[in-house]
Amino acid sequence: MDYFVKFLIQVVLSYIGTAGFGLIINIPKRALNLAGWSGTIGWLTYWVLFEAGTGRMFANLIAGISVGICGIIFAHIKRMPVILFNIPGLVPLVPGATAYQAVSSLVLGNFDKAIALIVKVSMVAGAIATGFMIAQIIGEWYYKTQLKL
Amino acid sequence: MEEDKREDATEVIDTCLLAGRLMIEGGSEMYRVEDTVKRIAYNSGQKNSAAFTTLTGVMMSIKGQPVTQFGSVNHRGIDMEKVDRVNTLSRRYGNKELTLSQLKDELDKLDKNLPTYPMWMQLLGAFLVSATMMIIFTQQYDWFDIPLAGVTGTIGYLVAFYVTRTTSIRFISDFLGSFILGALAILGVRLGLGHNLNSILIGAVMPLVPGVAITNALRDLLAGHLLSGLERALEAGMSACAISVGIAVLFRYF
Repeated sequence: MDYFVKFLIQVVLSYIGTAGFGLIINIPKRALNLAGWSGTIGWLTYWVLFEAGTGRMFANLIAGISVGICGIIFAHIKRMPVILFNIPGLVPLVPGATAYQAVSSLVLGNFDKAIALIVKVSMVAGAIATGFMIAQIIGEWYYKTQLKL
Repeated sequence: MEEDKREDATEVIDTCLLAGRLMIEGGSEMYRVEDTVKRIAYNSGQKNSAAFTTLTGVMMSIKGQPVTQFGSVNHRGIDMEKVDRVNTLSRRYGNKELTLSQLKDELDKLDKNLPTYPMWMQLLGAFLVSATMMIIFTQQYDWFDIPLAGVTGTIGYLVAFYVTRTTSIRFISDFLGSFILGALAILGVRLGLGHNLNSILIGAVMPLVPGVAITNALRDLLAGHLLSGLERALEAGMSACAISVGIAVLFRYF
């Protein structure tokens, strides 16, 4: 498949999926659209970096930063808590599928595979969380310099 | 006069605990909970307050006042509307648009009935999540499997939703939800409605799996809230176990 077609498919799917998750976790209506976009932006960052061959951790870290920054900007626009845009934005990134695979291989008796997958889950989650932290630091630093100017 | 002030402090703490409990129930970050609670106290004229928040309870005291209260949190989930409403109310209180008793009334009202999306929209959300995330996670453009993944995911979410209402143990609802969706997915693949059972299951469990909870747990840990971080991680881990056991039981025998 053409790279551009794939890219478009990823955009559409991640937007729909994130907005759908927003319906489940009861995101207020006026935040739903932007929440969907923050999921798309985070996922595209990951996808483009991963396709370019940067490796999973780095791609997750940068995607975490971009979701975090989107959250800060959108929260500022809508005057709503940052978490409203962060949590749905994470949905395409979070290692939910890997966590499920890890525990199911544990239950089925494939212990080596299970341990490898559990380590992978915690590292991916750690990379995303670190990305969030960095985004928060960038946000605070930005507001501080703005206040000085 | 002395008596008067103590009365006020009790009411302030009551309101703060209610706000804190609602935010934790909605799945807010701990630093935001503490921040909101302290801000409400500050805006009520209690400049020096201390709050201790965990995932299962909130404790709060005001310096120089002989009152400390504790409120327990029994029900936890992710509900962003709650977080947003409490945040808005706290902000309006800060702008002096509400009095303390009005704030408490509003929070009580919020506690009793919270606006949610109608059931069919939540189910539509579960369908969309299952269908799209199957392709996002597996990165295989397997369009034929989408309807089965979506439908089984929706049914699993529906089962988990109603079981949660009847029992207080959350893991049972996760277990039953994933068991039923797994059974339906296996049946569907046997009947020829889908090709790849593994990717269908990955998509279908997405409305249930606590991926967001795992990441939130690590965020709380990194932010220094060790206790609630560990609690969240444990809860997410147990939930993941319940879901996987529900499906693994099926795999073992079919």
